Amino acid sequence: MNEIKHHLTDALLMAYSAGSLPEGFNLVVATHISMCDECRARMHEFDTVGGAVMDAEAPEGLSDGSFAATLALIAAEPKDAIVAKPAKGDLPAPLQDYVGGNLADVKWRKVGGGVRQAILKTDKSASVRLLHIPAGAQMPDHGHRGTELTLVLQGAFKDETDRFGAGDIEVASEDDHHQPVAEMGQDCICLAATDAPLRFNSWIPRIAQPFLRI
Amino acid sequence: MAWVTHLAAIRDNQDQSAFAEVFGYFAPRVKAFLMKSGASPDLAEDVTQEVMATLWRKAHMFDPAKASVSTWIFTIARNRRIDVLRKQRRPEPEDLTWGPEAEPDQEDVLALQQESAQLGEAIAALPDKQRELIVRAYYGELTHSEIADATGLPLGTIKSRIRLALDRLRHQLK
Ligand SMILES: [Zn+2]
Ligand SMILES: [Zn+2]
Repeated sequence: MNEIKHHLTDALLMAYSAGSLPEGFNLVVATHISMCDECRARMHEFDTVGGAVMDAEAPEGLSDGSFAATLALIAAEPKDAIVAKPAKGDLPAPLQDYVGGNLADVKWRKVGGGVRQAILKTDKSASVRLLHIPAGAQMPDHGHRGTELTLVLQGAFKDETDRFGAGDIEVASEDDHHQPVAEMGQDCICLAATDAPLRFNSWIPRIAQPFLRI
Repeated sequence: MAWVTHLAAIRDNQDQSAFAEVFGYFAPRVKAFLMKSGASPDLAEDVTQEVMATLWRKAHMFDPAKASVSTWIFTIARNRRIDVLRKQRRPEPEDLTWGPEAEPDQEDVLALQQESAQLGEAIAALPDKQRELIVRAYYGELTHSEIADATGLPLGTIKSRIRLALDRLRHQLK
């Protein structure tokens, strides 16, 4: 893997640790952390902040039978089995759960211009998809109404801001406008999540928008 | 540090008195945390019992070189909250290839536990307004963009303490 240059923001990591992100964003964050030691360490930091917040709470009284009730729960199901790790696939583990297997199991649909996508099932607060962009192909030029996270799994793309290679994540917000172009040489596969519809500049993608669910 | 020994006693000897002490300290804090996060007192009580039962069941997964006991309990409580209150799945990062089976280095454990305690002290020492913002973020009251404003706080200097301990740890494991 090439060196990761574009990481999660502190805000995303803290929101992930606090548990306030949409499910689709959690998936992108968890997938990046699976690929990035640096952000894994930062996640542990934010979890430690959460632990300190909880630890500092003024204790809330429990009902009298609470400890006994907990022991009863334990007696009903004493210990977690140590589950064997599944054989490593070609996708990071959190993504494998959503795809239901490896890259070869992804159910792609054509969306035009040689680009294929697979929408992954999450709750409605954000939409998350895998994108397969042929080497050298362009995505439609667009702006954002909310936050868009794009994590590169394979290949690379360039846009007005920078170059994004495998493991890199681009965090785009309302002020950002870009046109990602896949690099020559290898098809680019990305995991992309948005919490609001994109803003397209040309009418063709605008007409297609309801069908593509972008 | 003491809680780490309690967890080991629960894991190795199913020690109920160690569990009772952990319960006595943490369960009322977990309940308070869940209530502040929007759970009713009854729901918070039920979820707290589940969290503490999970601690017992997963004691073999606790790695004192990666987290303090309060950090670990926080992550269990947070995940239950997402599950129960938000009815959402929680994608977790892939486990690293090194597991809790490997006996962690005692020096790393000690360093990490100390750093975690210091982080708690540093947060407590923040001016009220700043501390309030962090606390509200962890109750799930702030959106991602509201948190973006909060991360401009001097949290960076606080976090760097824990970063050093974790960095040292990761390099040893590589
Ligand atoms: Zn990263
Ligand atoms: Zn975009």
